[in-house]
Amino acid sequence: MSIHSIYIVSKSGGMIFNYDHNYPKVETERTFNFPLELKLEVRNKKLIVVFGGQKDAVCAGQTLLSINGKPICEGPILEDGTNVVEFLTNEANFPTSLKFGKSRMSTNEKMFLGSMFYPLYAIASQISPEPHSSGIQIIEAENFKLHCLQTLTGVKFILITDPKFVGVDIVLRRVYEIYSDYVLKNPFYALEMPIRCDLFLENLKLLLEEVEKFGISYK
Amino acid sequence: MTIYNLYMFDKTGSLVYYGEWVRKKPATMSKEEEGKLVYGMIFSLRSFLLKISPTDIQDNSFCYRTSKYKLNYYESPTGLKLVMNTDLNSSPKDLLKSIYAQIYVEYVAKNPLSLPGEYINSELFAQKLNQLVSMSPIYSQRNL
Repeated sequence: MSIHSIYIVSKSGGMIFNYDHNYPKVETERTFNFPLELKLEVRNKKLIVVFGGQKDAVCAGQTLLSINGKPICEGPILEDGTNVVEFLTNEANFPTSLKFGKSRMSTNEKMFLGSMFYPLYAIASQISPEPHSSGIQIIEAENFKLHCLQTLTGVKFILITDPKFVGVDIVLRRVYEIYSDYVLKNPFYALEMPIRCDLFLENLKLLLEEVEKFGISYK
Repeated sequence: MTIYNLYMFDKTGSLVYYGEWVRKKPATMSKEEEGKLVYGMIFSLRSFLLKISPTDIQDNSFCYRTSKYKLNYYESPTGLKLVMNTDLNSSPKDLLKSIYAQIYVEYVAKNPLSLPGEYINSELFAQKLNQLVSMSPIYSQRNL
C-alpha cells in the first residue's frame, strides 16, 4: 500500500506541484566482462540500453546509472571527467561492475507529463458513448494506478499509487483540504502559479506518512 | 453490464474496424475523425503511462474509468490495437484477447483478400464478432 507520487495540475493545464513520495527504485547491478553483451547508445546525454539483456534483469530501455559505484553525470561522463563511452570500449577496464535502472525523470519531464494529462482528460469526456461523462478518474495499468480528482474550480489532483491501494478518494479529498488551507489561504500565493509553500509540503508529507502507516481513517 | 462500442486500429493508426452496440450520445464528428481522435488519445496515453510508470510495463493492456464509462485497451504483439468502451463494472480483458485470437486472426489475418491497413468489410468477420460479443457474460439485456 504505497503512494508513488502526487501531481497538481492547474485550471489552465499547467503542472503547479509535484511530489515523489515512495517512488520504487528499479536498479540492477552486475559485473560485466569485455565485450559487453548489451548495445548501448547515447540519447539525451545518457547511455541507454537499446539491445540485449533479458526481461527480468537488464533490458532495453534502461539507463546506465553508475560504474563501479561511481555515479554517472550528464554527458555521459563520470564525476572525475572520464568519458564513459571511451571507458567501456577500453578492454583494460574490464571486468567492471555496472548498475542499470530506470532513470529518474527531470523536473522538465514531469511538468511535460503533468501538462499532457490535461488534454487526455478532456478528450475522454468527449469520446464518451454516454452523455455527461466526466473526464478520466482512474487509470489502471499493470503495476500502478493513477487517480484524478477534478475540483469544482478545475484544479486536478493526480495521485499515483500501487494497484492494491484502497480509499484513494478520501486521500484526494484530504489533499484538497490541505491545498485550500495552506495554499489558497496563503496571501503570497498567486493562482495558477507553481506552489512553493512550506506548510503545504509539510502537511502533505505528514498526511502521506499517516496514510501509509495506519491506512485511511474516516475523520 | 454493457458494451458500448469497439474500435480496432492497425499499427500505423488507421481505423480498421468500428463496431457499435449501444450509443446514447450521438457522435459529433465523422467516423474517420473520431477514429483519429481515439487513436491519438490512446497513443498519447500509452506513452504517458510508459514514462510515468515506476517499473517497466510488460503487459500490453490498460484501462481507464470516467464517471460514466470504462475504456479498455489491448494491444496485440503485432501492433493491432483494440479499444472497447464498456460500463463501469466490466472487465473485458479476456474478451478482447479472444476477439483478437479467435475472430481477427481467423477471419482477417488468414483472409487472402484482406489487405493490411484497409477497413474490414468482411461480413463474416462482423457476424462472428457479434456472435462472440453477445455470448460474453458482459453483454446484458440492456444491449438488446
